[in-house]
Amino acid sequence: MRKPSLPLWLWAAVIFVFLYAPIAVVIVYSFNSARHGGPWQGFTTDWYGKLFDSREKIDAAKNTLILGLASTGIATVLGTLLGYGLSRYRFPGKKLFSRLMYIPVVIPDIVMAIAMLMFFSLIRDRLGLFDLGMTTMIVAHVTFQIPFVAIVIRSRMIGVDPAIEEAARDLGATAFQTFRHVTLPMILPAVVAGAMLAFTLSLDDFVVSFFTTGPGAGTLPILIYSSVKRGITPDINALSTLIVLVSVIGTLAGLFFQRPRRSSGES
Amino acid sequence: MAVEPGEPKGRQGAAGSALATSVEVEGVRREFGSFVALDGVSLAIRPGEFLTLLGPSGCGKTTLLRILAGLDVADAGKVRIDGQDVGEIPAHRRPVNTVFQSYALFPHMSVRDNVAFGLKMKKVPAAEVVRRVDRMLDLVQIATFADRKPAQLSGGQKQRVALARALINEPKVLLLDEPLGALDSKLRKELQVELLALQRRLGITFIFVTHDQEEALVMSDRIAVMRAGRIEQLGDAEEIYERPRTRFVSQFLGTCNLIEGKATRREGLAVLVETPFGELRVEGHGAPATPTPDSPRETLTLAIRPEKVRMSPAGEEGENRVPVTVRELIYIGSETHYLLDAPGGAILTAYAMNARVGSQGFDLGKAATAVLPPAGLLVLDD
Amino acid sequence: MAKKGAKPGLEIRFGERLTPARQAVRSALTSGPGILWVTVFLLVPLLAVIAMSFLTRGSYGEIGLPLTFENYTRLAGFGAFGFDPLYPLVILRSLVLAAGTTLVCLLAGFPLAYFIVRLPPRGKQIALTLVVIPFWTNLLIRTYAWQILLGPESLAAKVASALGLAEAGRPLYPSLGAVYLGMLAAYLPFLVLPLYSSFEKLDWSIAEAAMDLGADAPRVLRHAILPQVLPGMIAGMILVFIPAVGQFVIPDLLGGARTVLLGNAIQQQFGASRDWPFGAAIAFVGMAIVMLGLSFYARTAGKDSEEALL
Repeated sequence: MRKPSLPLWLWAAVIFVFLYAPIAVVIVYSFNSARHGGPWQGFTTDWYGKLFDSREKIDAAKNTLILGLASTGIATVLGTLLGYGLSRYRFPGKKLFSRLMYIPVVIPDIVMAIAMLMFFSLIRDRLGLFDLGMTTMIVAHVTFQIPFVAIVIRSRMIGVDPAIEEAARDLGATAFQTFRHVTLPMILPAVVAGAMLAFTLSLDDFVVSFFTTGPGAGTLPILIYSSVKRGITPDINALSTLIVLVSVIGTLAGLFFQRPRRSSGES
Repeated sequence: MAVEPGEPKGRQGAAGSALATSVEVEGVRREFGSFVALDGVSLAIRPGEFLTLLGPSGCGKTTLLRILAGLDVADAGKVRIDGQDVGEIPAHRRPVNTVFQSYALFPHMSVRDNVAFGLKMKKVPAAEVVRRVDRMLDLVQIATFADRKPAQLSGGQKQRVALARALINEPKVLLLDEPLGALDSKLRKELQVELLALQRRLGITFIFVTHDQEEALVMSDRIAVMRAGRIEQLGDAEEIYERPRTRFVSQFLGTCNLIEGKATRREGLAVLVETPFGELRVEGHGAPATPTPDSPRETLTLAIRPEKVRMSPAGEEGENRVPVTVRELIYIGSETHYLLDAPGGAILTAYAMNARVGSQGFDLGKAATAVLPPAGLLVLDD
Repeated sequence: MAKKGAKPGLEIRFGERLTPARQAVRSALTSGPGILWVTVFLLVPLLAVIAMSFLTRGSYGEIGLPLTFENYTRLAGFGAFGFDPLYPLVILRSLVLAAGTTLVCLLAGFPLAYFIVRLPPRGKQIALTLVVIPFWTNLLIRTYAWQILLGPESLAAKVASALGLAEAGRPLYPSLGAVYLGMLAAYLPFLVLPLYSSFEKLDWSIAEAAMDLGADAPRVLRHAILPQVLPGMIAGMILVFIPAVGQFVIPDLLGGARTVLLGNAIQQQFGASRDWPFGAAIAFVGMAIVMLGLSFYARTAGKDSEEALL
C-alpha cells in the first residue's frame, strides 16, 4: 500500500492539531501568570502550588479519589465475573441481557443521570436509604463501569483456549479452582486494563456525578464545572492539567495491558 | 450398532495388574443439533488394554473420548468405569485423565507446576507433591527443563509434559486425543514406542484416538474403527487388517480390491461366486451361511488385499485365475505395485515382493495372470 | 476449541459441556451479580422514568396521580396556552445538531481514516493511539478549553474578525458554530475508529481493477471503495448521532442559555424548574431516539463496534 500523499498528511495534521488544541491550551495556560484567565503574560507555576492551599479542591480531590477507587474496585470484580460468565456459560435470555448490557455505553449520560436521581429519590422517600452523596455516586459509577470491564474481559476470554480450562477440570479442579488458578492468572492483564479504563471513566465523569452527588461529596469535575460557569481561572487550568495527565497515563496503561500477547493460551 | 469384542490374537494386553480398569460404553448417543456425532455406540474395554479409536475426521472418536472424560455429556446411554455408572460424576471427580491434542498446558506455570497441578488440586501435602513430581519428571524424561514455561518448549517436550501432568494423578484410565498429531514423523515414531512401553510398564488402561492407521496398528491391543458415529469393527490389529467386515474398514486400513458378484452355491465352508472374472471360490472369513439366488445376500462384495494377489505368467488356467494386462507398474524398492486391467473393465491392484534378484517378469503392457487365492478372498458385510 | 482439521460445522465445541442445572448455577454466580446490578440500578430506574413521565406535577411541586399525557402533549407543542413551538423546536434542534455533527465528523474523519490505513503498521498504532487519547480525557475539560480557544483575544477570534466573520474583541462563543466545533472535537473518534476498521478490511484489488478499467478517482471512490466501507461508516455515524442527541455539557458551555437542546432541557427540569414528570417525558423522547438508532445500528452494522472503541 502506497504511503499517504501530501494532502492527506496535511489533513491529518490539521485534524490532530484540532483534537489536541483544547488539551494543549489548557496545559499551556496553566502556566499563564495572568490572573483572571486573560491572554498570556508570563510563565509561572504558582497556580499549581495554590491548588494545595484550597480546602475546597483538596476535598474534591479526595472525594474523586475515593469515588474512583471504590467504584473501580466493585466494578472490576462484578465486571470480570460478568465478562467471564458471558463468555463461558449459556443461560436463557442471555442474548437479551447481552444487548441490555450495552445500554450504559450508548445512553446519553444525562438520561442515565436523571434516571438514577429519580430512583434514589424514590427509594429515599420509601425506605430512607440512599441519601444523595458518596454512596449514590459510587453506585451510579459502578453501573456504567461494569459493561466496559465486562467487554474487555469477554474479548480477552475469546483468546483463551477452552481446552486449557478443560484440562484443569480433567485434572481435578473444581470450577472455582479452575477460575482462580488457571483462568484468572491468564486474563490478569485484561483485568488490570479493565480496571484502569473504569477508573478513567469515573475520573472523567461529570454529568452523572453532578446529578447524584450530595453535600460534601463534590468531585473535581463538578468543581471545575461550577468554576467555569463563573469564569475560567488559571488554577482551574492547573487542576485540569493534572487530571488530563492522570487520564492519559491511565489510558496508555490500559492500552498497554491490552496488547495481544504471544502466549494467550494457544500451545 | 452393538459390537462384540473378538478373541484377542497376537499381542496381549498388559492385564493382570491390580490397577487395571474396565470401561463400558453402552448405547451412547450424542447429537449437535441435527448432526449425530455418536449413534448409539457400545463398547467394552478390557482392563489394562491399549485400545485405539480409529477413524476419519468427524467420525465421533473425539466426542466419545470427551464423554468418557466427563467433558461432554451423552444425550443417551451409559458409561461405566469398573462397573460404576459415572454419568452423574463431573469431569473433575472422575478417575480419568486426558492428554489433549493441543496439549493445553497452562502457559503461566512452569513445567513443574503444570505437572503438580492435579496433586495440588487434591490438596496433597507439599513434600509428597515434590517427591512425586520429581519421580514423574524422571519417568517421562523432562527433568532437565522442569523450570521452563510451555512457550519455551518444543512440540515433543510439551507432549511429554502433558503426559506427565495426566499420569501423575494415577488415573484408572488415560485418554489420549491424537497426542502425536502435531509432531514430525521421526519424533512420532519414537514417541509411539515410548508410549507403548510406558503403558506396558504402568498397566493402566489407555484409550487412544487417532486417524493414522499405521499408528493404530503399531500401538494397539485392539482397534475400534469408527465412521459416522458408529463402530464399524472392533478387533485386534491382525483381525481388522486381515478380516475387514465392511468396505470402509477394508479401505481405511491399507487398500483392498473390491469385486462384485452373485453367490451361486456353497461347497462345504467355501462359497462359489459368479463375478465379472468368472466363477471365484471364496474361502475367507465372512462367507455367508446359505447363499441361494433368492437369498437376501444375493449380491456380494468380495475383497482381497493386493499383497494376497499372486502374479503369474499369462495363460495360466485354473481356479480363481484372472487374465490381466499390466496397465502400470510402480517400483518401490522392496515391492512392486501392479495396476492390472481385468475383464469387464475392472482394475486389480497387486503387490509383489521383489524377493528374486532382477525383474519379476511382468512388464508394462504385457499380459499376465492374477491368482486370487480362495483363502484371501473375503465376503464383506456390505 | 474447534478441532483443527475437522470439516467445518461437524465438531462443535464450547469447552466442557455442563448439565443445564450446573450452567444455571455457574451463570448465576458469575453473570448474575453484574446483570443484577445493572438491572436494578439502571433498567429499573429507566422504567421509573417512563412511568414518571405520565404523572402530574402539582402546584406545590408534589408529584403524583392522575396519570396524564399532558407532558407529552406539552412536548409536542400543545401546552396550556395554545400552540407553543418551544419544545418541538428543542427536539428538532437536537436532531439537527446531531445530524450536522455526524455529517461534519464524516467529512473530517473519512480522509483521516483513509490516511491511517495507508500508514505502516507502527505508524497505524501510533496514529490510532493519538486518536484515542483525547477521547478518554475529560469531556468537560476539553470543552471549556474551547472557551479559551475562542475567547475574545484568542487567535481564532482575531482571524475571524479579520475575515469579517465576527466583531472584534468579542468571543466566538456562545454560538452555534462554537457548539459544532466542540461536538466535532468530542465525537470525531467515535466515527473514525469504526470507519478505520472497515478500511482495514478493505479489498483494494477491487479499486485497482476499477482503475485498470479506466475509472477516475471519484468513480473509484464511489463504486469500489464506498460500498465496502459503508458498514463501518454507518456504524460510526450512528455512534456519533446517538450520544450527540442527548449531549448536554457542550451546548451548555459553548451555546449558552439561548441554545436549548434536549440535554439542557432535561437538566432544567431536574434543576431549576423541578418539573420531574415533564423532564422524564423529555428524557423518554431522548431514550426513544436512542433505541431507534440502536435498532437501526443492530440491523445494519456487524459485530460489537463498541469493543473497537476500547
